[in-house]
Amino acid sequence: MAAAARWSHVWVGAETGALKGVNLQKKEATNYGTDWTVPRGGAGVCALCWGEPTQSELLVGCRDRSVKLFSTEKGKFRESRVCPGGDGPFCGLAAYGSTIITCVESGLIKVWPENEMEKAQLELEAGAGLCRMRQDPTRPHRLGTGGKENALKVWDLQRPQEPVFRAKNVRNDWLDLRVPIWDRDLQFFPDSDKIVTCTAHRQVRLYDPRSPRRRPVLETTFGEAPLTALALVPGETSVVVGSAQGDMAVIDLRQGRVLKCLKGAAGGVRGLQCHPGLPLVASCGLDRFLRVHHLGDKRLRHKVYLKSRLTCLLLSTQQDWEAKEEPPPPAEVKEEEGDALWDTMETVPTPAKRAKKRKISGL
Amino acid sequence: EKLAAKKKRRKEREALGDRAPPKAIPKTIENQRVYDETTVDPNDEEVAFDEATDEFAPYFNRQTVPKILITTSDRPRGRTVRFCEQLSTVIPNSHVYYRRGLALKRIIPQCIARDFTDLIVINEDRKIPNGLVLSHLPDGPTAHFRMSSVRLRKEIKRKGKEPTEHVPEVILNNFTTRLGHSIGRMFASLFPHDPQFIGRQVATFHNQRDYIFFRFHRYIFKSEKKVGIQELGPRFTLKLRSLQKGTFDSKFGEYEWIHKRREMDTSRRKFHL
Repeated sequence: MAAAARWSHVWVGAETGALKGVNLQKKEATNYGTDWTVPRGGAGVCALCWGEPTQSELLVGCRDRSVKLFSTEKGKFRESRVCPGGDGPFCGLAAYGSTIITCVESGLIKVWPENEMEKAQLELEAGAGLCRMRQDPTRPHRLGTGGKENALKVWDLQRPQEPVFRAKNVRNDWLDLRVPIWDRDLQFFPDSDKIVTCTAHRQVRLYDPRSPRRRPVLETTFGEAPLTALALVPGETSVVVGSAQGDMAVIDLRQGRVLKCLKGAAGGVRGLQCHPGLPLVASCGLDRFLRVHHLGDKRLRHKVYLKSRLTCLLLSTQQDWEAKEEPPPPAEVKEEEGDALWDTMETVPTPAKRAKKRKISGL
Repeated sequence: EKLAAKKKRRKEREALGDRAPPKAIPKTIENQRVYDETTVDPNDEEVAFDEATDEFAPYFNRQTVPKILITTSDRPRGRTVRFCEQLSTVIPNSHVYYRRGLALKRIIPQCIARDFTDLIVINEDRKIPNGLVLSHLPDGPTAHFRMSSVRLRKEIKRKGKEPTEHVPEVILNNFTTRLGHSIGRMFASLFPHDPQFIGRQVATFHNQRDYIFFRFHRYIFKSEKKVGIQELGPRFTLKLRSLQKGTFDSKFGEYEWIHKRREMDTSRRKFHL
């Protein structure tokens, strides 16, 4: 089990509550942490994040409001704690130092200390109807939140009273009606201050807190279905979006055009992530498949059937994705035997193609 | 040229007599079907767990009794109205209501309040029914089918008398993949659990090559091995277009499976149900 845990390239959370480690070379998945004999509904995984930058621990947030710590070295769940308060399932999980930050759909963000017994250190109210909370990877004390009728807000944990940046809605459309907001997913750009969000009204928006405008700097629409997942392509100029009908595309942020479409998904895409080094993007969704596409030539590289509906995924960058396993020795031995056999047989001359020659001469 | 080869083979077979090699199995599309990795293994624990905790669990645990609402798109024409009436005689505990131009999103909360478990909407185009939306009500999956080849009772030849009020048995054939399993469970949840064998009626959903054929028969055992069947009730074929995760929501729904013609129909031997 421990060896298998270390070999997993992708960690996926499913609606049945299982955490799956998937090895893409062998195309296998191993389940962790569920007992299939006890039917227990409502324990699906809502959020996944790395516990530490070394990627040796995973934080798994479940629908029954428990956060479990999973160690990839040992392949087991180490501890679990219940994080009550607020309504609804988790919409974001993050680790900050030794504390855990949880965010619930009703808007309550709590910072939980390492020790289980103590209560939450800090509480933030971010507005109701949240869909996503993410942590800025370069400045872990900054969080971004977005939701239904809840515009993008960037919070700083050191100043919890007010958001650092609160986005403003776009101007009224051509009928002079207010444009509704429903931010489904957001991502921070690693080096600059920019944030990109995708909405369920099929829009992709780019915000820049450093500019004096609070309105989005760039806005594009894509597709006919609500966009449910967003991932950054390393290089800062494009993003991959996934929709509720399985359309995935790479969108250029400089001009707002669609660069490439990634085909194959038949169900709503719930989780998307790009590999930081290789041009690969992994996606998981409600059609119970994990797909890895190559960003350069749009081809599907790996497709693994995982038997439950998938909700979130994490790529492990510590593994060497290109490494192929050594060919097993018995196969080589068999090849040698075969060669010896062929050498002992006499060569038979192939019959000359006389029939065709006759036809030609007949003309 | 082919006929000559066939004749030659038959002569050889007769000449050899008993020692003839067995006949080759002809290749059919079902034989050559591309192996689908989502085929459900009967012993699979994860799938069993998934099914024990999904939206149909209350039905399969016998906690709820199915109650079905059948309606149509707006302003149905005569054929569709008659089809709805016949469908309601086939499915026990079902009610037909006239759709007075009401939005489905407004009907659904009212249905849930009145304890309905399923909603069937038959879509009509040019005076014939051509689509079916089957929605399991308390936030269950919604399946959208294209319906073709609808035959009403009077168009079926050699039919029996009208279907009686007995609860029919249900046969679900050939739903092998995971998607097929979910759809099969959806159909099964339309009918009450205990069939009344006195009525000798059976409703069959037969899946072949991604088309689901619905037939309704009355059977009688003439002897131990011989059965006579009489077809009663309407007959139609369905093809799944999409399966949505929540109740019917065309704008913001999340789809579990959509049929994408350009991507999925590339091979003649690949089926999804």
